[in-house]
Amino acid sequence: MKNIPISAMIGLFFTGLYFLMAIFAPLLAPYGMAEIVGDVWEPSSSQFLLGTDSIGRDLLSRMIYGGRTTIFIATAATILSFTLGSVLGFFAAVSGGWVDQVISRFVDLIMSIPSLIFALVVLSVMPTTVPILILLMGLLDSTRVYRLARAVAVDITVMDYVEAARLRGEKIGWIIFRETLPNALSPLVAEMGLRFIFAVLFVSTLSFLGLGVQPPQADWGGIVKENKEGINYGIQAALYPAYAIATLCISINLVADWILNRTTSLKGGRG
Amino acid sequence: MTEPLLKVRGLKIGAIAYPPGERPVAIKIVHGVDFDLEAGKVLGLIGESGAGKSTIGLSAMAYGRGGVEITGGEVWVNGRDILKENLRSLRRLRGAEVTYVSQSAAASFNPAKKIMDQVTEAAIYQNKFSKSEAEERAVELFRKLGLPDPENIGNRYPHQVSGGQLQRCMTALALCPEPDLVVFDEPTTALDVTTQIDVLAAIKEAIAATGVAALYITHDLAVVAQVSDHIMVLQQGKMVEYGTTDQIINAPQEEYTKALVSVRSIRHEEKTPTDTPVLRVENITARYSGTTFDVLKKINVDIHPGQTLAVVGESGSGKSTLARVITGLLPPSDGQITFDGRQLAPALASRPIDDLREMQMIYQMADTAMNPRQTVGTIIGRPLEFYFGLKGKAKQKRIQELLDEIELGDGFQDRYPAELSGGQKQRVCIARALAAKPKLIICDEVTSALDPLVADGILKLLLNLQKIEDVAYLFITHDLATVKAIADSIAVMYQGEVVRYGSKSQVLSPPFDDYTDLLLSSVPEMKIGWLEETIEHRRMESAGN
Repeated sequence: MKNIPISAMIGLFFTGLYFLMAIFAPLLAPYGMAEIVGDVWEPSSSQFLLGTDSIGRDLLSRMIYGGRTTIFIATAATILSFTLGSVLGFFAAVSGGWVDQVISRFVDLIMSIPSLIFALVVLSVMPTTVPILILLMGLLDSTRVYRLARAVAVDITVMDYVEAARLRGEKIGWIIFRETLPNALSPLVAEMGLRFIFAVLFVSTLSFLGLGVQPPQADWGGIVKENKEGINYGIQAALYPAYAIATLCISINLVADWILNRTTSLKGGRG
Repeated sequence: MTEPLLKVRGLKIGAIAYPPGERPVAIKIVHGVDFDLEAGKVLGLIGESGAGKSTIGLSAMAYGRGGVEITGGEVWVNGRDILKENLRSLRRLRGAEVTYVSQSAAASFNPAKKIMDQVTEAAIYQNKFSKSEAEERAVELFRKLGLPDPENIGNRYPHQVSGGQLQRCMTALALCPEPDLVVFDEPTTALDVTTQIDVLAAIKEAIAATGVAALYITHDLAVVAQVSDHIMVLQQGKMVEYGTTDQIINAPQEEYTKALVSVRSIRHEEKTPTDTPVLRVENITARYSGTTFDVLKKINVDIHPGQTLAVVGESGSGKSTLARVITGLLPPSDGQITFDGRQLAPALASRPIDDLREMQMIYQMADTAMNPRQTVGTIIGRPLEFYFGLKGKAKQKRIQELLDEIELGDGFQDRYPAELSGGQKQRVCIARALAAKPKLIICDEVTSALDPLVADGILKLLLNLQKIEDVAYLFITHDLATVKAIADSIAVMYQGEVVRYGSKSQVLSPPFDDYTDLLLSSVPEMKIGWLEETIEHRRMESAGN
């Protein structure tokens, strides 16, 4: 642990803090999520640490619950996109030939449509529930993961040890999970951090546009939307979730940078 | 006595090592080396990889590659201690007084620039010559080095000349600024034997004609014996022996030098062929998809049980492709392969598991042939589990047996490939192949990436295992010394065809066809004056024709 640089330490600390807050939200929040406890946009006081929001709910409680929703959706979507994207990417790289061509061109097709527009179109016809959001974000993001996983795996599958496994008569499952995956893990883990940030930003964007998490459920993007009028009157309420999104993104970036540095280093990199 | 051109005293060189899973440690690469080199003389530096020979060579330019740092000692060039000089004056030294020829010319030339521009660059940059003078000089050097069409070859790009020609262009590059000293770092190692001899002769003549001094770095004692006046033998950063070429070759003093001189002294009695070959290759023709060129043309060879067929040829002759066809990685366009009495399916995917088990492969680069994330136990254990369903204790026991067979002791099961030496890695690959109890093992250049003494150990191990396990080898190599050491029969390949095939004694005794003659006579012998004799012999022959 001594070798962790200071930037990564800061990143790890804040990431841990946010995740703990998300997990223990009901214990930490002083008020209920949708409970109206005060006046509209009260300033911060000992009773309401961050003040109240546009209809008099405690902003700190909403921030904590909102963080829970945002982080949960982003995590679930990232896991989905990683599982799907990397398995498909490895499968395409190991199979090669027309299998690779079909999957890759299909992924290119999906990627050619801007993902926000794609998501808006889908969400305008589908019911906006949390599972649908996760599924949609996971599927869209998996195309990016697929690209990376395939690129990494193509380099690995030309190695002699993969050829040796093929000559031994190994099934494709062994080649993917035992020969390729362990050697591709570090770049994928580093990418996972970055993808998680994009997922946070994406779900916040959708909620801000009103197509993400629906009220009275709270999430950071939604809180910005609800309180954005306050900015005209010099009220900070809309900025707190923005700070939260920014600090979470930066801290995860710091961690991801550190992992990337470790794994792409020429000095004993993947060893 | 005049001051020597290059004087090295107590040279110490260190670097930072990054052992896997541990903290970086500082290591010493060279532990205090002294030598002198007089103007116009050639000093050969010889040793195994890791002996520090390239590092010492580069210290003549006060340069440390990568994380390598010169930590102590003195390097005097033309009466100046260059280790005390700043970067500005070093820049005037490099490329003017001292120049460098690297191992891989193909990787060192800029593919986007014409050869002439690169050859004359240093001379012009250092203000030694004007552009027209430098070009004139380059053409003169091209002529001396025996390059075809010396007036115009400079206008070509690096990919438009062959590997051997490019290596000669690089020698011209090094000689163009009229340096006092040239460092040759394994200039012929990456070349085929038939090309090596021409490059070697060209380098030797150019050195003699220009009167330049040279440091010649190589791991091949037979090569260095042809060009150098003195030889320094290095082992693990220390000088083992220093002497004239004559003394080192004919009367070595130290044990290590003796071992180097007598390497490849394995004697192997040729076995007589049996009635039924284990592998019969008939009329195999193959091409890679998307090309219109046959890489293999009507190949016919047999391998007998418990015997070794060596396939020799230069790079591009199709010997590795033959291995790919036999293993089923590249289905042939014509012909058939019979293995142990059964006809083999052309493609890997349609072969039954027993066919796969009985034919195993060992690769040239043991580094990439083992998954770096698996332990030795997993690597050797997988075929046992996969083919024989061995588990738990029975598997452990068999792994240990195999490790004993390849002469690695206890405690290797839990190691990762990165924690093994080159020779140990290759041994683990051999164990992995043996684990399947094969009838045939295809060895693709298995000793080419190893140091001579280590390679010798591997060859002895392979011969020994052949006796115990009665396994046949298809041994692919470009090295004729290896062939002489282990083959029972030999197939010589040239441009996708077998030009000569038969038992070892038949193939290696006259009368020879032209190609085999060229190949055999190109193998450097550990004898002073061999190069001149061979070149002279060839000249007389071509004059006689």
